[in-house]
Amino acid sequence: MSLLRVRELSVFYGNFQALFGVSLDVRERETVAVIGANGAGKTTLLRALAGALPVAREAVEFDGRALGGHPAHALVELGIVLVPEGRKIFPSLSVEENLLLGRYRERPGAWTLERVYQLFPRLVERCHQPGTNLSGGAQQMLAIGRGLMANPRLLLVDEISLGLAPLIVKDLYRVLQTVRSEGTTLLIVEQDVSQVLAFAERVVCLRKGAVALEGEPARLTREQISAAYFGA
Amino acid sequence: MAWLDSIVQGILLGGLYALFATGLSLIFGVMRLVNLAHGDFSILAAFLAVVSVQQLGLSPLLSLALVVPVMAGAGYVLQRLLLNRLLGRGILPAVLVTFGFSVVIQNALLEIFSADSHRLDPGGIETASLALGGGLAVGWFPLLTFAVAVLLLVALQLFIGRTAVGRAFRAASDDGETAALMGVDNRTLYGLAMALSLAIVAVAGIFLGIRTTFAFSSGPDRLLYAFEAVIIGGLGSLWGTLVGGVVLGVAQTLGARVSPGWGVLTGHLVFLAVLLLRPAGLFAPSRRQD
Repeated sequence: MSLLRVRELSVFYGNFQALFGVSLDVRERETVAVIGANGAGKTTLLRALAGALPVAREAVEFDGRALGGHPAHALVELGIVLVPEGRKIFPSLSVEENLLLGRYRERPGAWTLERVYQLFPRLVERCHQPGTNLSGGAQQMLAIGRGLMANPRLLLVDEISLGLAPLIVKDLYRVLQTVRSEGTTLLIVEQDVSQVLAFAERVVCLRKGAVALEGEPARLTREQISAAYFGA
Repeated sequence: MAWLDSIVQGILLGGLYALFATGLSLIFGVMRLVNLAHGDFSILAAFLAVVSVQQLGLSPLLSLALVVPVMAGAGYVLQRLLLNRLLGRGILPAVLVTFGFSVVIQNALLEIFSADSHRLDPGGIETASLALGGGLAVGWFPLLTFAVAVLLLVALQLFIGRTAVGRAFRAASDDGETAALMGVDNRTLYGLAMALSLAIVAVAGIFLGIRTTFAFSSGPDRLLYAFEAVIIGGLGSLWGTLVGGVVLGVAQTLGARVSPGWGVLTGHLVFLAVLLLRPAGLFAPSRRQD
């Protein structure tokens, strides 16, 4: 059964329509990647699912409940957590306080401060520094760690490779592998297509705010993907 | 010695100004809301104390136990029902609405309590003093006011620095949308911030009412001093607010020493000087509040 069911999701910024009737399903424990060119609506999709943008009630169903239009904090309570694009680390908070803010709603689960520090040993020695003092890669780890502190059932991950060295990106995907092995469902937005095709079980390609292609990476040809990505 | 006396009095007065300023600075910090009725809320609290003294026979200091929770509750309700609707539309709607509150509160107080000056009588403590030797003496009550101000600031600092809700205040201040994505319910959080702000300004209003006379129209002056203390100290720093209050208090008492009419003016001049020379305030704002 689908953990997340998106049906005919449309999102507007004022008069501008960013998503045109997007439908997709994510099963429990599955990893789905959303790819697409700049402006295809990937980030909009994740932000709409996280409750940061207004959507119709019936458009989003999570664990059998229609949740469209719920505010972001209520969705965190239910286990839908976004690791936002651009990391969005709080500059007034130390590294540790950024992590602790992640567990604001105190959802029970396997992720604790100790386990997050185990996952990201680099954060431990700098735990009392302001979060924004860290390097880009460490900030991205912090953003993922902060999301995990909420003990998500569905973790929405937006462009974690943005602006980072390939070696660090590899590290981050190793971490996501660990997260996945804990049973967390992942919906990942990614520009780095080759990286994510190797990682995800299913891929959805958006073009101009609509689904252009969907399938298992192994069954899709390079031509199909590039046609969906760039438009034929 | 007279000058030293003025400086000591000014420092103690500064504690009271810091109390007025803290609540103002807190809600601006957390939700970028400028509350132009802040001073009027303090006077409203002082009048509530007058009522509880008259009707229930409480002493003014005991009336704190009643008035502070009432003002906190009113702040929470006001924020949830009204002010939350104004956020995210720039600074102007909130300025206009709180200016409206200011007018409404003043006129309601005028209607109910007339234009007469009122005073809260705590039964002697306001005139008792402590001799420090060398002809110097400080009043017990200003000393108590200062001590309460420092204690409240320490408590607030610990609350903001160490608790989950305090962390959420700082996170929402940085980036409210991302805080919401981490599970913070901003509307409730803003309600709590306004409750805290009005609770603190209620304490300030009651201490003011014991220290000096007040009338329905005393609020805007308080607001002005609060703004000045915040700006002298530097926005976003609680200790800066205390220093700002003290600088303002000392300037006023020293000015009044030169000539009784010059006190308030000297305060304004020092404020303008700080604004010219260090526009960010004496405690140039670092992003962290500790």
